[in-house]
Amino acid sequence: MAHAKNHDYHILPPSIWPLASSLGTFVMLVGAVFWMKGFTAWPFWIGFVAVLYSAFAWWSEVVKESRVGDHTPVVRIGLRYGFILFVMSEVMFFFAWFWSFFKHAMYPMEAYEGSEYIPPEIYAVDPFHLPLINTLILLLSGCAVTWAHHALVHNNDRKALIQGLSIGIAFGIAFTFLQGYEYAHLLHEGWKFGEDEFYSNFFMATGFHGFHVVIGTIFLTVCLIRAMKGDFTPEQHVGFEAAAWYWHFVDVVWLFLFVAVYIWGTAGL
Amino acid sequence: MADAAIHGHGHEDERSFFTRWFMSTNHKDIGILYLIVSAIAGLISVIFTVYMRLELMDPGVQYMCLEGARLIADASAECTPNGHLWNVMITAHGILMMFFVVIPALFGGFGNYFMPLQIGAPDMAFPRMNNLSFWMYVAGTSLAVLSVVSPGGNDQLGSGVGWVLYPPLSVNEGGYSMDLAIFAVHVSGASSILGAINMITTFLNMRAPGMTLFKVPLFSWSIFVTSWLILLSLPVLAGAITMLLMDRNFGFTFFDAAGGGDPILYQHILWFFGHPEVYIVILPGFGIISHVIATFSRKPVFGYLPMVWAIIAIGVLGFVVWAHHMYTVGMSLNQQAYFMLATMVIAVPTGVKVFSWIATMWGGSIEFKAPMMFAFGFLFLFTVGGVTGVVLSQAAVDRAYHDTYYVVAHFHYVMSLGAVFAIFSGIYFYFGKMTGRQYNELGAQIHFWLFFIGANLTFFPQHFLGRQGMPRRYIDYPEGFAYWNKISSYGAFISFASFLLFFGVVIYSLLRGARVTQNNYWNEYADTLEWTLPSPPPEHTFEILPKQEDWDRSHSH
Repeated sequence: MAHAKNHDYHILPPSIWPLASSLGTFVMLVGAVFWMKGFTAWPFWIGFVAVLYSAFAWWSEVVKESRVGDHTPVVRIGLRYGFILFVMSEVMFFFAWFWSFFKHAMYPMEAYEGSEYIPPEIYAVDPFHLPLINTLILLLSGCAVTWAHHALVHNNDRKALIQGLSIGIAFGIAFTFLQGYEYAHLLHEGWKFGEDEFYSNFFMATGFHGFHVVIGTIFLTVCLIRAMKGDFTPEQHVGFEAAAWYWHFVDVVWLFLFVAVYIWGTAGL
Repeated sequence: MADAAIHGHGHEDERSFFTRWFMSTNHKDIGILYLIVSAIAGLISVIFTVYMRLELMDPGVQYMCLEGARLIADASAECTPNGHLWNVMITAHGILMMFFVVIPALFGGFGNYFMPLQIGAPDMAFPRMNNLSFWMYVAGTSLAVLSVVSPGGNDQLGSGVGWVLYPPLSVNEGGYSMDLAIFAVHVSGASSILGAINMITTFLNMRAPGMTLFKVPLFSWSIFVTSWLILLSLPVLAGAITMLLMDRNFGFTFFDAAGGGDPILYQHILWFFGHPEVYIVILPGFGIISHVIATFSRKPVFGYLPMVWAIIAIGVLGFVVWAHHMYTVGMSLNQQAYFMLATMVIAVPTGVKVFSWIATMWGGSIEFKAPMMFAFGFLFLFTVGGVTGVVLSQAAVDRAYHDTYYVVAHFHYVMSLGAVFAIFSGIYFYFGKMTGRQYNELGAQIHFWLFFIGANLTFFPQHFLGRQGMPRRYIDYPEGFAYWNKISSYGAFISFASFLLFFGVVIYSLLRGARVTQNNYWNEYADTLEWTLPSPPPEHTFEILPKQEDWDRSHSH
């Protein structure tokens, strides 16, 4: 933009990506309805690819803008505010799932007078086996990311930054793998995907958490690639900081899930 | 020279049409786009209501027949009542008005256009994401309209479950109209959350030098608080409707009692969102009204600081009163007592606002221009709606009024009349600023009087119907309710005529309206920063940030 800009805020040129990603979202969701109703899955995948590509192209632009110095200190503060607010909205999303869980844990339907509901026999899962290991893995992963962050901020130690991030990502992948293994095991032992409020709450709460772990892992992987390409300085690393915040948020959600859904939720089984 | 530097360059706009309106990163253009699309969605939604009022004009079903929907009653032809069509109209009207008309117009339109201008920011904090909010809103609107014409329940088109989407009906209804409606709400929610993140960041990070929090104009404050309500309540709704989606399509049982689920749980989670939503709708209106009343009374707004704290208090209290929407579901008496008391507390900050507006006018030199007329209308209608709200907050009284037309009258007085009068007030107030042409005063005055009379004629009799015990959401009613229903329908037709007149006034003013030459075409009490800019403002505003003496005239707070 050939304008005289006399302030440090970021004025952006026009961009096609908002329109493209919204079109992609529209196609994806109409496609999702088609798919759920058993017609065809194709529109969903076409929309999905459009959304992913738009997101990729959009964020690539953001990285480029950061490299040419558009992200002045005041813009970086804004980006941080924005990301914290996004995490807050995510917290409120999980609020709904925990609400449902606590309602059913505290006031189960069978306790209501006149209720004809009989809870099914549920294979008991021991929270202090695989789930506890998963807890430790996720916490260690968070530690590794914090280590990487400190290495960057205090010493600008690129090697430790890359090592810490790699370990964090490896633990993240291990968590997802173990969670998948646990799901397979539980389904094999007779758990159902749906059919009862217990399964509904369990799979949606832990499932959405797992989904966020996958997103966080991708986010960290992008940061790792950027770190290897030489991005991030001790002063300027908003993308990495956001990824770390997101990862810690995912950690904390898991701690609540572990205490509530795993320990409390399975106590009576 | 200095003026040109502050207010941007006078050069010609060289962006192509597509670049300007489809790839925009400009908060003013995006604000205009929001206003246009919400006007279209509003027209669709209003046409639905007029058709509903037409059906309710006389007892019996004359128009919504299974043999085919009619526009002219035909006594000789067979007519089997089509309750599903009626339910679809109710649902679509609610969803469109709540999510796709009022929030986008006030928060998306006026918020985008004027919040950055009022705080002296060159644009929003995330201009590109701002456009994502807009296009997601368009995607959501398209999904919602698509839902109305898709196969739904009863082997007919559309879903007829009411805008609150209560299970078990929303879970059991066939077809895929309901799924499209759920996704529509998801997408519009995502759009609003992104918008809220943007607004909060802009407000916190980009205020003009010297503009401390309690020097920010009231409209910007109202947008800021609204953003928090959106940010914290809409994700909860997203969770609730995701549960619905799982129940509908994947055999989950969140709300199915046969699988240990609880339909009342849905009502709680929905209203945990739904009550803040009510304030999301009305708070930006409060902000606009404050500026309009101050300008046309030629006085600074009375009690700025209490006004700000009242907005904050209403926002906070909005989160802790949700179950007053569901007194009759079988909650314990203690719960009902709590929700009743908490609800009544909201009347206090609301009273602070209403009395401060009146005190602003007191002793002022009042000008009866169209924006002020709409502000008067707002004040009267919102107060009526607020008073019936206090009546409804009584759990015991609500036993009689629950799901009657009294409730319909109440929330239309606060929302349809309160919020919509605020929108019209804002449009006439800012018309010259946004378009560079002044609106036609005579047309706007006729619009006001038609709408004011029409709206009161529509909704005031519904209080009587509610007291007589007429339930809401029915296509038909017994002979005894005929008189006030007839009056109410006449009112709806007058309101509709006024809405069409409004489009006429806007089009006429855009083409033939007098050119606006002044930056501030009202008076010195329109003293916020947008009035220091040309009308319409150039593509880029505040390229040199405004100095404190440009806007800071008060020393009182």
